[in-house]
Amino acid sequence: MEDGKRTWHIATILGIASVPLIIMYLFLVIDTVTDTTAGSPIPDRFTFEHWRFLWQRIDGRQSIWLVTMNTFIFAASTTVLVLAISSTAAYALSRLNMPFRRFFLAGILVLHGFPTITLIIAIFLILNMIGLYNTLIGVILVKAALELPLGIWIMKGFYDSVPWEIEMAGIQDGASRFMVWRVLVLPQVAPGILALGVFSFLAGWSEYILPQVLAPNANVQVLSVYLAGLIADDLNPDFNLFKSVGLFYMVPVVIFYLFFQKHLMNIYGGGTKG
Amino acid sequence: MQITLDKFTKRFGDVTVVEDMDLTVGKGEMVALLGESGCGKSTTLFAVCGIYRVDGGRILFGDRDVTRLSSQERNVGVVFQSFALYPHMTVAQNIGFPLRVQKKPQAEIDAKVREIAALVRIENLLDRRPGQLSGGQQQRVALARALIRRPAILLLDEPLANLDAKLRLDMRAEIRRLQQETGTTAILVTHDQVEAMSMCDRVAIMDRGKIVQFAPPRAMYDKPANTFVAGFLGSPPISFLDGRAENGRFVAEASGVDLPLPSHLASLESGRPIGIGIRSEFLDPSSTATVSGKISFIEAQGREDLYYLQLPDGKVVRGIQDAAHSAQLGDAVSWGVNTEAMLVFDADGNTL
Ligand SMILES: Nc1ncnc2c1ncn2[C@@H]1O[C@H](COP(=O)(O)OP(=O)(O)OP(=O)(O)O)[C@@H](O)[C@H]1O
Ligand SMILES: [Mg+2]
Repeated sequence: MEDGKRTWHIATILGIASVPLIIMYLFLVIDTVTDTTAGSPIPDRFTFEHWRFLWQRIDGRQSIWLVTMNTFIFAASTTVLVLAISSTAAYALSRLNMPFRRFFLAGILVLHGFPTITLIIAIFLILNMIGLYNTLIGVILVKAALELPLGIWIMKGFYDSVPWEIEMAGIQDGASRFMVWRVLVLPQVAPGILALGVFSFLAGWSEYILPQVLAPNANVQVLSVYLAGLIADDLNPDFNLFKSVGLFYMVPVVIFYLFFQKHLMNIYGGGTKG
Repeated sequence: MQITLDKFTKRFGDVTVVEDMDLTVGKGEMVALLGESGCGKSTTLFAVCGIYRVDGGRILFGDRDVTRLSSQERNVGVVFQSFALYPHMTVAQNIGFPLRVQKKPQAEIDAKVREIAALVRIENLLDRRPGQLSGGQQQRVALARALIRRPAILLLDEPLANLDAKLRLDMRAEIRRLQQETGTTAILVTHDQVEAMSMCDRVAIMDRGKIVQFAPPRAMYDKPANTFVAGFLGSPPISFLDGRAENGRFVAEASGVDLPLPSHLASLESGRPIGIGIRSEFLDPSSTATVSGKISFIEAQGREDLYYLQLPDGKVVRGIQDAAHSAQLGDAVSWGVNTEAMLVFDADGNTL
């Protein structure tokens, strides 16, 4: 990256190739604050009309703030669950000499390969039966469960790369097994935890099918379901409103990426530096 | 504290790695476990510190049976081959970790860390992380961490294997100094015979999970129990020749060797198959008993040169001579042998 002179032409080519994308995003942003006369491609009126969902309810829909809150709770809770369970389960699978270890490992791989959608009816029935249908808790549990195989697998990879001797040294120094895990091993897999956390959060934030099917109720609606509801409304389609909500939905993701970009780069660099 | 292994046995699945091993390390003594790769040295060490469960026999520290105690209850300092420093902690935190586990006040930990760091001479590195240290410095940190609790027992698993030759020499003396200064009982695992001989009070040579000989270095070098030990100790390695006893002489016709046996073995019955071992320093120009051959290889070693003397049947006797020696590659020479020092083995390889 220091050698800017050599890479400028590559940057130019990539830049030109990206122009259509950039124009599309530009229009997405412009359209949310303008109106266009039918038939003309150029917007000609400035308006905040399309952002009205921020301060009023649209056609008896739920308030956007409640929906955003739901989405946040949904994404954050799944992340916490996935992190807590992956970081402990993966440690057990990586290190402890427990019975059925191979069986569990194989099971995780199979589960990971299983298409979510084929399970959805069974899950729906189960949630209905135990009374968690149309609740955030229910859909959080389901989402976390479905994310777990990948999470455990990723974390196991990180644990496997921590030298065995570091743990033995900790034990020799008199620390308990739990302290060794918490003080000596966990910091070494911190990049993995961070990556898994970011990915889980984004996966939760963008999840659509599960909340749509398992928690469609207005009170527990999440942004993806809200957004889909807008466009599904054939009677009065309002594309600029749809774009505005879409942009609103996207902003946290962008901020998230900007914020964690450095850490994510770290992970791809493969270093446990710092 | 005295360490006793009593019929110690360790298996992995149905492979028996160590069987019925007896070993006693006296208080304040430093003992080397020496052997080839895979002979069970580390396994033995890890059983002593409690990482491996024992499959048979007992382990005693002093009079206390620790066989069933966990690592945490044994108070043993261990230096691992890879040092196993905690990469996310500073040197000071690494060294202080055993005390942190004991929930000692931070001020006390700091004082102890500084004290032990001075002992291993790394006071100026305390704020660095292991990744910012050289191999030798990491080694000292590992040693300091093992010593900070003042353990009665110190175990070292090939602590010098990752260091370059010069540093290894310095650290050998350093470790020995620390061990003696602190009066710690120590076991050193190594496959480097020079390391074992130069650092330890006694050496236990292991072969496939068994101790072949356990003796002080000098005694072991001079009176190896068998050809395995004789072959393991000494650099350059000893040269073996097979033949038979004949009227107080060793005869190997094919090799063209006929040498008088050492005087204490002069009465060996004629015709008995025996072998001899000639260390390179046994070649003695003043002796009248000679071996003859052709010089097949010369290895310059600085102060002296190592010569390979090829006998008529292709066997090689290695000998050390002053660098000033004039023999050239391909020369036919007859060199005297100090036959009194010669090692003599029976047909099974045991020393006579
Ligand atoms: N966890 C294990 N499971 C099965 N076999 C093992 C295990 N650990 C060691 N072994 C076997 O036990 C034998 C002794 O191993 P050990 O590590 O004690 O050797 P070592 O003498 O320390 O060798 P090195 O000098 O290479 O470190 C080897 O043959 C090894 O393959
Ligand atoms: Mg070993």
